[in-house]
Amino acid sequence: MTAESKPETKPEMKSDILDEIDSKLKGVITDSKVQRERRLVITIDGKDIVKVCQTLFDMGFDHLSNISGVEYEDRFESVYHIWSYSNKNLVTVKAVLPKKEPEKQPEIDSVTSIWRSANWHERETYDLMGIRYKGHPNLTRILNPDDFEGHPLRKSFKLVENPWYDEK
Amino acid sequence: MEAVIKKIKTRNPNEMIINIGPQHPSTHGVARLVTRLDGERAVKIEPVIGYLHRGIEKLAENRNYVQFLPITDRLDYVSSITNNMVYVQAVEEILGIDVPERAEYIRIIMLELQRLASHLLFVGTFGADVGAWTVLMYGFRERERILDLLEMVTGQRLLYTYIWFGGVRYDLPEGFVEQCRKTVDALPSYFDDYEEYFYNNEVFLGRCRGIGILKKKDAINMGVTGPNLRACGVEYDIRKIDPYSIYDRFDFKVCTQKEGDTLARFNVRMAEMRESVKIIQQALDNLPEGDYKANTPKFLKPPQGEVYSRVESPRGELAVHLISDGVNRNPYRLKIRSPAFCNLSAFPAFAEGDIIPDVIVNFASIDIVLGEIDR
Repeated sequence: MTAESKPETKPEMKSDILDEIDSKLKGVITDSKVQRERRLVITIDGKDIVKVCQTLFDMGFDHLSNISGVEYEDRFESVYHIWSYSNKNLVTVKAVLPKKEPEKQPEIDSVTSIWRSANWHERETYDLMGIRYKGHPNLTRILNPDDFEGHPLRKSFKLVENPWYDEK
Repeated sequence: MEAVIKKIKTRNPNEMIINIGPQHPSTHGVARLVTRLDGERAVKIEPVIGYLHRGIEKLAENRNYVQFLPITDRLDYVSSITNNMVYVQAVEEILGIDVPERAEYIRIIMLELQRLASHLLFVGTFGADVGAWTVLMYGFRERERILDLLEMVTGQRLLYTYIWFGGVRYDLPEGFVEQCRKTVDALPSYFDDYEEYFYNNEVFLGRCRGIGILKKKDAINMGVTGPNLRACGVEYDIRKIDPYSIYDRFDFKVCTQKEGDTLARFNVRMAEMRESVKIIQQALDNLPEGDYKANTPKFLKPPQGEVYSRVESPRGELAVHLISDGVNRNPYRLKIRSPAFCNLSAFPAFAEGDIIPDVIVNFASIDIVLGEIDR
């Protein structure tokens, strides 16, 4: 279902919330757009993440729904999906981490001090994507065993197809 | 893993560490709780997960959009249709497919039947974990009737792959509507029976009331969703607050409780089953004629785009963050936000300080499925 085909009765993303975010985070947001009703996407630099998240938290965005790490050719992104129980909007914050040396782990500040739910999300992103969260209380692997090498969701991590029959 | 044990090892001779799981009937799969005990009291609990990790997010990047659909069944294997729905919904949003009216109604019927099946399984196994073994059989008996209905439509009992891009995979078979109405209409009287068994049982109430209290503010901060959150008094149901599909056309209420304890979590699910029955009845009444599937191409190649789609699964907020690069036929990145994963991460906060039998009851009450946690 596309955004157009949904009934028009639902409220649009309130522009005053957009304005408030814009005015409070002036100069920090590098790009912003309203994806569809109640969905706002903002792009920021990785070093501003705690400031942006604290501002959003103070505005009533109290539910950190998800953190996902994404790898592009030239950059990593740590993407935060934040929902507000009071004003019922979903803000997607994309923190851009430039990729300087391909195999080096990019670093970003942890937001566990704002939302405790970030704890396991950050551990998972560290485990699978290899993004280091500075200030995390216990940044260890969560899904893979401790002695696992590499980060499976990196594009450089290739899956090996094992033949189902015995080759001998 | 061993680092976890090392970390919480203590020199205090009165304390001891035991592992609950990974193979233990009360963990409902393969989860391990590294528990530090002082006498019978659990001072510190550290869940260890990953025993069922199959790398589903990586598999998604190596399969095309259609090939990945059956794998979504394997996430939360007691509510497969919900997983199909969240993934299909994300792809449809990127592609801009319109779903026919009849398909939307069939989807709602199947999603709610699935919710009933999942909650009935919870009621049964929760009874077993508390020690009320009789109810286990009752829960499975009613779940069986719902699985019969699902089997009638999909030919499968557990992994359905039923919801398809642009609609559903098959039309409803002949006689389904009558059969479904018959089964669903009979369910509330069974729920009355369950309530009688549970709420007249002093042992059950004694074991559940006031155990594992989760406060509203903590629950929100720790990302708890679904019935566990509603048991703390937050009226949050994605079906109602951020409606997807055609949920905004149905009349049902969001069930909440104030206490936030184990009993409240149980009550919310019992009440939700009645609401599901109402939704199914309304959908059966208004089921229109028409196509069950839109005309979608066999090979999907979505344009460049990024979407975060959410549904209310029986366990909470299930979401998919899907990125398509517009070049390949595979998803560029697919991240699954699993509700049980987040609910489990909050578990130590309200279970620590309880005695061991209460930890088991607490653990049963958050209703986790390991396939979804480990992915």
